[in-house]
Amino acid sequence: MSIGRRRLLKDGVCLGVGLTLSPALAPGQADPAALRPQQDDLLVRSGDAGATPLIPDDIKRAETQTLAWAMDPKDGTVRSGSRLNLVLLLRLDPARLSPDTRSRSADGIVGYTAICTHTGCEVEEWRAEEELLYCGCHGSMFDPKDGARVVDGPAPRMLPALPLKVVDGRLVVADAFTARVGFQAV
Amino acid sequence: MLETPRLIASLSAILAALAMAAGSGSAQQPPAPPVPVPPILQRYTPVTAERLRAPEDGDWLMIRRTYNGWGYSPVNQITPANVGRLRPVWVFSTGVTSGHEAPPLVHDGVLFVSTPGNQVLAIEAATGRPLWRYSDPPLEDVIALHRTSRGVALLGDKVYFASADARLVALDVRTGKEIWATRIGDNASGYYMTLAPLVAQGKVLVGASGGELGIRGFVAAFDPDTGSELWRTFTVPAPGEPGSETWPRGDQWKTGGGSVWITGNYDPETNLAYWGTGNGGPWMGDRRPGDNLYTASTIAIDVATGRIKGHFQYTPNESWDWDEVSPPILVDYERNGRTVKGLIDVARNGYLWFLERSDGPIRFVEGKPYVKQNVFRRLDPKTGRPEIDPARKPGTGTKAAFCPSLWGGKNWPPIAFNPTTRMIYIPANENLCSEIEGREVNYVPGRSFTGGISTFQVAPGADHIGEVQAWNVDTGERVWTHTFEKSPTWGPMLTTGGGLVFTGGTNDRMFRAFDATTGKVLWEVATNSGVIGQPSSFVVDGRQYIAVQAGWGVDSRGMQARLDAVSPGEFPPVPEGGAIWVFALDR
Repeated sequence: MSIGRRRLLKDGVCLGVGLTLSPALAPGQADPAALRPQQDDLLVRSGDAGATPLIPDDIKRAETQTLAWAMDPKDGTVRSGSRLNLVLLLRLDPARLSPDTRSRSADGIVGYTAICTHTGCEVEEWRAEEELLYCGCHGSMFDPKDGARVVDGPAPRMLPALPLKVVDGRLVVADAFTARVGFQAV
Repeated sequence: MLETPRLIASLSAILAALAMAAGSGSAQQPPAPPVPVPPILQRYTPVTAERLRAPEDGDWLMIRRTYNGWGYSPVNQITPANVGRLRPVWVFSTGVTSGHEAPPLVHDGVLFVSTPGNQVLAIEAATGRPLWRYSDPPLEDVIALHRTSRGVALLGDKVYFASADARLVALDVRTGKEIWATRIGDNASGYYMTLAPLVAQGKVLVGASGGELGIRGFVAAFDPDTGSELWRTFTVPAPGEPGSETWPRGDQWKTGGGSVWITGNYDPETNLAYWGTGNGGPWMGDRRPGDNLYTASTIAIDVATGRIKGHFQYTPNESWDWDEVSPPILVDYERNGRTVKGLIDVARNGYLWFLERSDGPIRFVEGKPYVKQNVFRRLDPKTGRPEIDPARKPGTGTKAAFCPSLWGGKNWPPIAFNPTTRMIYIPANENLCSEIEGREVNYVPGRSFTGGISTFQVAPGADHIGEVQAWNVDTGERVWTHTFEKSPTWGPMLTTGGGLVFTGGTNDRMFRAFDATTGKVLWEVATNSGVIGQPSSFVVDGRQYIAVQAGWGVDSRGMQARLDAVSPGEFPPVPEGGAIWVFALDR
């Protein structure tokens, strides 16, 4: 019989840990790899074992989204400890971005959560001709030029955005996600 | 290794927190006094294996009431003549959203039902008085692409529940407290559960979802008292195992899919359980050349050993997302002057299949489309194997258009069979089609592994979408069809000895009663939300009740949104939020 981390969490709450740590927050708060992207974090491509910080030239126009994790610039911790931390990056024409989206972009690169707000699937497809993000699970479509607003499908809200900036030639997180990431609460 | 040890890191942090707590005086919180057990639960009698095999007429002890999967209550107090007097007796808000698909089970006047969010409720069936609530919401980063539960199972003095995050949980029927929990798959690698457990031959059986995430599907059996695993049978064979010859030489089998979405049906005479299996992984069959047994199939599993003793594959080298979600129901029917010990499956691929069961092999009898289907040119009359039109088969870099849509002619909602009318009742969606184009995809544990992008269309000239179909099982012919002009249906079926069919499923929030013989709508009521729950019927103190959960979500919500994109403004969002509804005749 195996029960895993959930039982440990629940027992922890029973012992009084719950006074300071709620079960939903405990791993994220305690584990730097599970923390959401932090201001001044670098970004590294998902699957890059070398954890090379991304530079703006790594993100090409008209290409599919780049999936990335934030990385603590001080100790190199890659924040891949929660799937909700997965970020998608796209380079778009700055002239076609809405004012809010442009203000969060860097060199025309925009960042959003890669986790659909409907049931938590990855927003994995890029429809280049329409410049829309697409989630194959249930067909939600988002416009990354305009805050990733929902243009089709069952997603109840836009994808939270990750503001970006360029510092010393590298792509850097300018601020936390604009809203709670993750899917529809039940 | 970047995308790695989240569990180890989390555990380390938690252990550190526990150590802190232990040192900071946990004795300050005395244990809570035990909650008194309500009298109705003190009187509760254990559910026996015999009772599961031969329930009383007024019982509803498992998701489809009986092992044959009929969804049929023999109780006949509510009839076409009086159903107009059916009224809500009580309504109970579940407190959660997303798709409410589980049927209320009732034993000794106690109603048990599960909801999204890993919640199980025990309620006094006649009054709606809450008895206990088990709630163990999954962590926020759970992988559960279908946030639903399709029911619980009863045996002895326990309630069995399959959690979204792939644990099998046994609850104390009197208190709702967890007795044991067994992890059956690694959620971080995409294993999750939507089904109700099956209790058969003193074992608790479950399977796992996750075919869109590169899992290798399985059915597994557990000891009901301890939760220890007794056997595990994969729906995709390893090299050298029977069926492995239908896979390419390579590692494709390791991520080959074959999800188990729905509880199997069971034949106690042969001790075989019949399970449906999902599509292969990834979606495009050209990534895994071969038939890919046992994906998109029915498999007959020996409950004693877990051995697969028979199978029937509905869609070889599946490439349309046509999981064979549902198991076949067990019905003996007439064909050519002979009684066939039958299996009947209404498949997602748009065909209605009449099969023959035995103590092992499954034999093809007849197959025919029940909705527009333009992928199969014909079936082999001996084997039932479809001849597939290659122009209708998507591939990697090849777009193909086909009907029915990737959601199928019927998706997960179960059919029902009425032994008096000799009809099965099918919730079908007609006039929906898809295009899929395959893309390259690489496997990363817990990440999307479909490799396909789809669009969705309504067939030109369509005058309706949803249908309730009735077919006579002895003639193999359709008897009546009720159509829904502006709605698909996602409504599971209930039929009764009173000659009625109950179902919801439409976007107008209605729950309806049809005359089982004629298909006439005799009664309907608008609920709080869309009704995609499995209805049940039971008797308490001599009175017949009808119970169902309302709570629109998951795929019904997805289809509604995609229809609204095709016809803007015509398919607005359906109100959401779960509630249990219980109806009875006005006294």
